[in-house]
Amino acid sequence: MPMHAVELLGQRNGAGLVFNNNLKNAHASTRQKEEEEGGGNPYHHLEKSAVLQEARSFNETPINPRRCGHILTKVLYLINQGEQLGSMEATEAFFAMTKLFQSKDATLRRLVYLGIKEMSTIAQDVIIVTSSLMKDMTGKEDQFRGPAIRALCSITDHTMLQSIERYMKQAIVDKVHAVSSAALVSSLHLSNASKGSQEVVKRWVNEAQEAVSSDNLLVQYHALGLLYHIRKHDKLAVNKLVMKFSKHSLKSPYAYCLLIRIASKLLDEEEAGTNSPLFDFIENCLRNKNEIVIYEAAHAIVNLRHTSAKELTPAVSVLQLFCSSPKPTLRFAAVRTLNKVAMKHPAAVTACNLDLESLITDTNRSIATLAITTLLKTGSESSVDRLMKQISSFMSEISDEFKIVVVQAIQSLCMKFPRKHNVMMNFLSSILRDEGGFEYKKAIVDSIITIIEENAEAKEAGLAHLCEFIEDCEHTVLATRILHLLGSEGPRTPTPSKYIRFIYNRVILENPAVRAAAVTALAKFGAHCDELLPSCSVLLERCLLDSDDEVRDRATFYVSVLKQKQKSLNLAYILNGLQVSVVGLERALHHYTLEPSDHAFDMKSVPLATQPLVDQKAGREARDMNVSKPAEKVAQSRQDVFAEQLHAVPEFANLGNLFKSSSLPVELTESETEYVVQCVKHTFANYVVFQFDCTNTLNDQVLENVTVYMDPPDGFEVLKYIPCPSLPYNKAGTTYTLVHLPEDPTQVSGSFSCTLKFLVKDCDPNTGEPDEDGYDDEYVLEDVDLTVADHVQRVMKPNFGASWEDVGPENELEDTYALSRMKSVEEAVKTIMTAMGLQPCERSDKVPEGKNSHTLFLAGIFRGGHDVLVRSKLAMTDDGINMQLTCRSTDPHVAEIFATAFDD
Amino acid sequence: MESGLLDPSLYSVKAILILDNDGNRLITKYYDEAFPTVKEQKDFEKNLFNKTHRANAEIIMFEGLTCVYKSNVDLFFYVIGSSQENELILASVLSALYDAISQILRKNVEKRSLLDNLDVIFLAIDEICDGGIILEVDTASIVQKVALRSDDIPLGEQTVTQVLQSAKEQIKWSLLK
Repeated sequence: MPMHAVELLGQRNGAGLVFNNNLKNAHASTRQKEEEEGGGNPYHHLEKSAVLQEARSFNETPINPRRCGHILTKVLYLINQGEQLGSMEATEAFFAMTKLFQSKDATLRRLVYLGIKEMSTIAQDVIIVTSSLMKDMTGKEDQFRGPAIRALCSITDHTMLQSIERYMKQAIVDKVHAVSSAALVSSLHLSNASKGSQEVVKRWVNEAQEAVSSDNLLVQYHALGLLYHIRKHDKLAVNKLVMKFSKHSLKSPYAYCLLIRIASKLLDEEEAGTNSPLFDFIENCLRNKNEIVIYEAAHAIVNLRHTSAKELTPAVSVLQLFCSSPKPTLRFAAVRTLNKVAMKHPAAVTACNLDLESLITDTNRSIATLAITTLLKTGSESSVDRLMKQISSFMSEISDEFKIVVVQAIQSLCMKFPRKHNVMMNFLSSILRDEGGFEYKKAIVDSIITIIEENAEAKEAGLAHLCEFIEDCEHTVLATRILHLLGSEGPRTPTPSKYIRFIYNRVILENPAVRAAAVTALAKFGAHCDELLPSCSVLLERCLLDSDDEVRDRATFYVSVLKQKQKSLNLAYILNGLQVSVVGLERALHHYTLEPSDHAFDMKSVPLATQPLVDQKAGREARDMNVSKPAEKVAQSRQDVFAEQLHAVPEFANLGNLFKSSSLPVELTESETEYVVQCVKHTFANYVVFQFDCTNTLNDQVLENVTVYMDPPDGFEVLKYIPCPSLPYNKAGTTYTLVHLPEDPTQVSGSFSCTLKFLVKDCDPNTGEPDEDGYDDEYVLEDVDLTVADHVQRVMKPNFGASWEDVGPENELEDTYALSRMKSVEEAVKTIMTAMGLQPCERSDKVPEGKNSHTLFLAGIFRGGHDVLVRSKLAMTDDGINMQLTCRSTDPHVAEIFATAFDD
Repeated sequence: MESGLLDPSLYSVKAILILDNDGNRLITKYYDEAFPTVKEQKDFEKNLFNKTHRANAEIIMFEGLTCVYKSNVDLFFYVIGSSQENELILASVLSALYDAISQILRKNVEKRSLLDNLDVIFLAIDEICDGGIILEVDTASIVQKVALRSDDIPLGEQTVTQVLQSAKEQIKWSLLK
């Protein structure tokens, strides 16, 4: 037993030794590594406390300039590395530093100035050095004066500025350029820092004016900058300033650039045309000797708000020359500006196409990418193939960021030349197979989906590429998105069966989220295509034993729905998505759980989801300008906001659920009048609430008890006015008018004349304090029209044909119209859509180019929950458009309303 | 789309950076609040370095800023401005910075030599740009303003008066003690 123990001990010791050795080695190697990392950097291992300790030696005499300079450099280095000094530490170091003024060593003195500037905001009582700095500023050593002024101004506030004002004025016009520049630049910093200083600096305008005529380039630039800063709020003075200096030719290219910027700002503000002398000045600068000025002028012309292609021409030709410059920066600047021109005036850039093409192979990838995207904007249909070939040759070399830019450019090109979709689709699919991050892949998938949506011919090829992509796709978000698209588009292609394999592969191989999406897609094929139903059912049944709850639940649900073999069930539960607003559903369910009841939850009580306001075309244009996303979000939540606001008014508590709020507010006044009133209509099952948002634009009046009286057409009845108690100047207030809808279900539209009635009290414009007495007054507003569109909510039917059959022909009404005023099919489509307020389905709102006939499918839900479907066949004839209108609805009256919507 | 025009102002440089060949900062000056914390600054420097250290392409748009840059041996020089800034102005600042440093370091533009002359480099950058305003772009005058260390000259090359002057000073201080 003891033997054992000893042995064990020995072993343990041995192990310990080895371990120790390892430790030593490790130590040695880390030390080595540190040395390597330090790379001989003498500042590498600086400790803040040690350096500050060293800084105490500033107090020693005599001063060793070399050593102190080195220590001060260390302090500066530490601050520069982002080391934070505490207020105490900084103050101590600062005071030690002030001792160094005793040394005359030039470098040391200059380092002290730097130190003062760095610590001016952290240390306390920094004004202690004022007199030392003032001495240097006015001293004999010219090389100290400029830096001393800059250091001094970093510790000066406006109260102290008064006392050095005299010296500053002198310094501005000093013959030593460094001094003059330092004074001008510091004045500008001070003036930006506080209002008080700004007032003082304003008084130096004469000195600044004198400095502009300096023969030093930078002094001229700084003086002009200060002069403009002082006068910038006085438009007339700025105008004079530009006119004066544009004639008296400046020497400094920087000053020229500044003057060009001032001139173009004036041009934009004045909305002046190109016949203005300001524009002539900018255009003249295109012939300057200095590249910087020429480019600045070209850049300014391109960015002016009102320039036509003609005025752009000289700027574009200058930029064209720069494209072949040996300097990358110049090429970059030129192509970037040309790219900007191409956004608004692609034709103006066409002349540069050859130069741009040679830039595609530029070693600077940013230049190459900008060249490509510009070319894609300006290129003609015939050059597309060549361009795509060139792009693919360098696609692998650029960063993801630029790849996304290229992909987006290709997408817009595909919209422009739909006939070339083949080439571009192939290109997109090939880059989809390459390596790339999520954002990049997402951009490609987005582009392919947009192209599929816009161009029916590209659909099959696009779907095939996407199928291939999900076979090996690591991004769940993209896979589910594509599966959803396959589910909605796939069943309606000529050969839906070929997609089943791709989808089912996902069921076998993927994570739960993707499997669930695949199951839904499968069910859609089964619901839509009878011939695929048996096989889809078999596949779905296999998913019944899936390990994931969601997948299993979905499969069970779909299998039992499909078993019923009823079109209407398929439609309601598989093909058509959720049509209620998610926020509304959440609120309704929450409400339901709070109040236990014996009734089952009624889906009909949930408000419908509002379709995004922007119709597809507007949406696309907006997307080009990168603004569509926020707009859509607002549109979706708008009705929920209104619902809450209305719910808060006690009088409206028992109107039921808000069915629809009209999209855009209607202006009932001119925008420049005394009172501005906008109207929004809220439709309930049997009532309409008119919401009037009023603004009082008179600052000497307060309106009280504001209402809008309405004179309703026959059948409508005004039940209640909810007044706005007080309407002070420039604060929006709201008044409501409640109207009961007629008993006759087909009477839905009419015109209401409106009058704004209120009590006026005069008030003091300054205090807003109203007089005690007022008088009644009224103001006639424009009429408000209630239209068919106000009673119906847009609903997207993903499969219009099936829904059409489902509603059936019982309540079908048909009529033919001659729309003689319409000039084109597109125009007719637009008018019908706005008049009916229904959602276009199957993308039928998009009329293929050059077609003379078209069928528009519209769907929606009428107030009270009745489905309404409209099919409108349009044909172009010699005298206008002929339309055959067919309406189907679950309610006969509703069908009648829509069939007669065009009678008047 | 943002307006393509800058408000006319003298403030045209947002930052000047000098990094080493691992992307660590040697000298950085930020002139506005685009990156308020040290962490944001260092992240920006790291990302910018990663984007630029391989290809010597001179100019890049990065995080909505225009960056002109230049490298030599183990040093990377950057001048950064707004995306609307005149690229050529930034480039002129960069070349002033590089040429001045190159002259100060007697053409030995590398990390070691830069660190040995760190004090003068600090002063040079201070002469080129003050709080975001371009102060001087003429290489000769920048160098002339900062290269003034007298004690650099070996004793043998100092004039007699200079030697006497420094001796006097020494004696004066020792007496004052």
